[in-house]
Amino acid sequence: MSGLRARLVVPGRLDVQLTAEAGEVVAVIGPNGAGKSTLLAALAGLVAAEGEVAVGGESWTEPPLSVQDRRVGLVFQSGLLFPHLSALDNVAFGPRSRGVDRAAADALARSWLERFGIADLASRRPGELSGGQAQRVAIARALAGEPVLLLMDEPFSGLDTTVATSLRLELARHLAAYDGVCLLVTHDAIDALTLADRVLVLDEGVVVQSGSPREVAARPRTEHVARLVGLNVLREGNDFLAFGPGVVTVSLRQPEGSPRHRWHGAIAQVAVHGTSVRLLVVGEQEVLADVTPEAVRELDLETGRDVWVSVKESAVSRYSAEE
Amino acid sequence: MGRLPAILLVPAVLAAALLVVPTVSLVLQTPWGDFVRQVTEPSVLQALWLTCLASVATVIACVLLGTPLAWLLARVDFRGRSLLRAAVAVPLVLPPVVAGVALVTALGRTGLVGRWLYDWFGLTLPYTTAAVVIAHTFVSIPFYVLSVEGALRAAGEELDLVAATLGADRWTTFRRVSLPLALPGVVAGAALAWARSLGEFGATITFAGNYPGTTQTMPSKIYTELQSQPDVARTLSMILLVVSVGVLALLRDRWLTRP
Repeated sequence: MSGLRARLVVPGRLDVQLTAEAGEVVAVIGPNGAGKSTLLAALAGLVAAEGEVAVGGESWTEPPLSVQDRRVGLVFQSGLLFPHLSALDNVAFGPRSRGVDRAAADALARSWLERFGIADLASRRPGELSGGQAQRVAIARALAGEPVLLLMDEPFSGLDTTVATSLRLELARHLAAYDGVCLLVTHDAIDALTLADRVLVLDEGVVVQSGSPREVAARPRTEHVARLVGLNVLREGNDFLAFGPGVVTVSLRQPEGSPRHRWHGAIAQVAVHGTSVRLLVVGEQEVLADVTPEAVRELDLETGRDVWVSVKESAVSRYSAEE
Repeated sequence: MGRLPAILLVPAVLAAALLVVPTVSLVLQTPWGDFVRQVTEPSVLQALWLTCLASVATVIACVLLGTPLAWLLARVDFRGRSLLRAAVAVPLVLPPVVAGVALVTALGRTGLVGRWLYDWFGLTLPYTTAAVVIAHTFVSIPFYVLSVEGALRAAGEELDLVAATLGADRWTTFRRVSLPLALPGVVAGAALAWARSLGEFGATITFAGNYPGTTQTMPSKIYTELQSQPDVARTLSMILLVVSVGVLALLRDRWLTRP
């Protein structure tokens, strides 16, 4: 039996059951404070947690293993490279700590830097690296320890978009070759859709949804994921209604015709979104609506204005709120 | 902004004068013509040598004993930690002569610990060079420990945790991560401890006495000379002044002005 089986409880913060097969990449998403980072820290042993963790059939909790004996690779949001060590020494740190002699550890580290295409930066200190380069070193450092569990906490969050995009592609390649379990905490729908085999949605410390990225993106069960993928998701009785902002009609007067969903509210936000303008209308429901710049001018749509929003039933995807 | 108010200006000038005048007079009154001859007098050389020896031994003792204590205070959560930290800071505010009396009480031949040292090993500490080093370490180590503890805290525990996830045990983490990151604090603390040791007088003369060759350091020598040969006292003071200003300049350039 390989892969990860875990049940972790951190009182008041986390209560999660989790399984993942070897080679699987699980994206963990959820709003701030949902317990995503706590989950990673608990798996790594950095935060005391009750419950069991077994990786590759070996228990990490019976008897409890300390942080340094769990074979995890952690990649932190801010990289957290050792500032006084060169890129090479950063990557060689894990193998050396685990008893590999200096020459062998250096050779191993160099091969990892080569795989990330940054072997020429081996002697640089983290302060002399760009954000993207530093994050490559951080990922190489995590992988050089040959972890059975790779934990990444928003690895692209501090990078600008183009750097994040190229690093994301590179990471996808490395993850395909990685045979352990990878958990990737992210705020970005693209990460989840492009890198993950499965998505785990956390809210207030518990798993509220789990499934393939497409499934979760198409039928979100939480406001957070809906916003992340740019969908409106409203609860109606035992059903969720999901629809994109593009199918929403905005009018100043109550729309005619009965088979339409309609809500009354005030415009809370106006933002340019691609070639259209995205409005957030807040009333009995919160609805995102994309309208043309012409419509904004003609209807004089501005913050605070009372409007009606409506959607045709045929444009709505309806699914049960029960799992 | 208008004129400077006299109520602020006058006290400020007085304070500045109080600080500057004594040092300037010392420089002016030093018998520079006789400087080399006085400094190379055997008894002076002896005191100088002993001061160097004691201060270097003190810095070594501070580094070897103080670094682990600073680490303990910065990284390990235990009952009584704040109490221990307060105890470390006590010698900073303790009058040195009281420190000397405390040392005699603990380590004197009939002292709490000294009694056992004498009974078991035949060891008597007071009035030995070892006593000088002990007294110096007692008054200097707080500067060192607080400086290193501050540096360890500033470096943060995050990177220690990163090291742990990479398989490093606590000793490896200390050696390869915490200590290198706290190095500026170690160097600054060592310089402060060394400077404090150079000028140590009260605790030393109380606990170790003032015996030429074994316990008479520069400050004790200066004190002795001031009674009979004030000129020599001024020359010797000049040496310590130069060294102190040197330490200040060193600290300023390397650590105090850095953000």
